[in-house]
Amino acid sequence: METSSLNIIAQAAFWMTVALTVTGASIAVFPRNILYNVLGLALALSGIAGLYLCLGSFFVAMMQLLIYVGAICIAIVFAIMLSPPLHLQIPERPIFKMAMATAISVTFFVAAASVVFRTDWSPSPDRVSDLSRWSVQNLGDMLLTRYELVFEVISLVLLVAIIGAVVTAGFSRRSTS
Amino acid sequence: MNSLSTYLIISALLFSLGLLGILLRRNLVGMLISVELLLNSANLNFMAFNRFLAPDPAVGQVIALFVMGLAAAEAAIGLSIILAFFRKMHSISSERAQRLKG
Repeated sequence: METSSLNIIAQAAFWMTVALTVTGASIAVFPRNILYNVLGLALALSGIAGLYLCLGSFFVAMMQLLIYVGAICIAIVFAIMLSPPLHLQIPERPIFKMAMATAISVTFFVAAASVVFRTDWSPSPDRVSDLSRWSVQNLGDMLLTRYELVFEVISLVLLVAIIGAVVTAGFSRRSTS
Repeated sequence: MNSLSTYLIISALLFSLGLLGILLRRNLVGMLISVELLLNSANLNFMAFNRFLAPDPAVGQVIALFVMGLAAAEAAIGLSIILAFFRKMHSISSERAQRLKG
């Protein structure tokens, strides 16, 4: 009795997270108001962090909140100021383009869903179903031993990206004004 | 319910929404938002396969962390390109980016 009601609560939480994610993604794509888009993106990314929690990875969920919701969404909020003012007349979307875009994405979704349902997913035979492999300690061990080169290269990529962003945004200012 | 196919379907749904956004939007910031959705759906796939199928359950998390780092770099570069584009064209509509069209 106890476990079954607990199970129902867990199921409800999972489906609510899924609904939150899909609603956020729809808000991020469909409205014409760019501010709603950014808020929907933040909602969808928080929902995905909840899905990571359901998958059992607390650390990656926290990183998702920190990097995506905390850093990338805020950075995008700054760029909203460049959008055309909301009181201006919004140009109509051509019907043909909308139909083509919808057709392409629906085709993709149907193809991916049929692949998911037709494949017989079976776990790898040498899978370690040991829950200690999920721990943050193990993750840190792997980052600093087996994947250390990738880790360092990603730090270098981030450094180059930041310098590149400063140069791109700064040089264009000098050349125009 | 909490199975691999559920997560894969959610991720496919997010990916097709992001694809629709990229194809539909003309605002460059809106396109950047859609790209973030695409990256997140790929990340969700990595985490789900990692949880249910992979031989070593830590590899998917490591890859998800790397994707997040690269997404941060991508957002920084993308926003600075949008800023430079706005200074040149005084608009962020992708239809204004036709200078190479001839």
